[in-house]
Amino acid sequence: MNKSWWKILSFVLLLYTVICGFLLDVPRLPILNETIRNLYFHVCMWFAMMILFIVSFVYSIKYLRGFDYRNDIFAHNFASVGCIMGILGYATGIIWVSVTWVTDQGQSLGSVLKEPKLIGAAIALLIYGAYFVLRGSFTDIDKRARISAVYNIFAFAMLFPSIWIIPRLVGSLHPGAPGSDSGNPALDKNDMDAGMRAVFYPAVIGWTLLGAWIATLRIRIELLRDKKLLHG
Amino acid sequence: MGKNIVTRISFWFSRLALLPALLLICNTVTAQEKVEMADTMRSNGKIYIVVAVCVTILVGLFIYVMSIDRKIKKMEKEKTDF
Repeated sequence: MNKSWWKILSFVLLLYTVICGFLLDVPRLPILNETIRNLYFHVCMWFAMMILFIVSFVYSIKYLRGFDYRNDIFAHNFASVGCIMGILGYATGIIWVSVTWVTDQGQSLGSVLKEPKLIGAAIALLIYGAYFVLRGSFTDIDKRARISAVYNIFAFAMLFPSIWIIPRLVGSLHPGAPGSDSGNPALDKNDMDAGMRAVFYPAVIGWTLLGAWIATLRIRIELLRDKKLLHG
Repeated sequence: MGKNIVTRISFWFSRLALLPALLLICNTVTAQEKVEMADTMRSNGKIYIVVAVCVTILVGLFIYVMSIDRKIKKMEKEKTDF
């Protein structure tokens, strides 16, 4: 393994997340009960996705500054691992929804489907999905790299409005939505105590580093495959 | 003497003012007790099994990713094409 300190850090942080995430005390809240521990897993998927998309965005800009094909490979693979994190965030959210919103809060399927955070996240993921479709539709690699880099910047520009801004403007079922005390849909800061934060932030870093590790593996495979292309 | 009575009354009033606060605290405490958590799993130690399972999965995943990393490293050293 090359440059392995952060890979080991990722492993240590995730080990800490799993052990302390299950064993430490969490606030006793109605409806949420023990599922508040999902914060260390479900929410971290979204955080990791956002950070990986930011990295991808930076590499797209770097590509457009110097047209180094390497940067295009970086941007593409960070975006694809980001999407996987997003899909995992969705999948874990579905399980959480079916217990806390549908069963305990008695929300209908209609109100869950109208949830703006869900729609926003779906829009963001579909925009990134189109990025891969766009990439796949080019045969010329330079054209593919240029247009997909520009598109990636557009996709990133849509990411935060659709998952952060719009859900704040309208009502949301997520804790901390407008109407409740804290105006931050998805993460009610009043629900978390200091002990939870001590696990949550390392968890975000751990999951992000794991995503970055997987992305670098994909990048290295692609670089090997394109070695002839890059070095003549 | 008059002053004494005033201090006494104010003393009892302050006690009375504390009462609702006290009731509120009791209420929240009982409300907290009603929230169901996995206390049984904690008391009989079964939560440790859940942790053990998750740690096993995590370790397995990391070993797998590490082995892929090593394979790629080997290929990079060999400088072979696919």
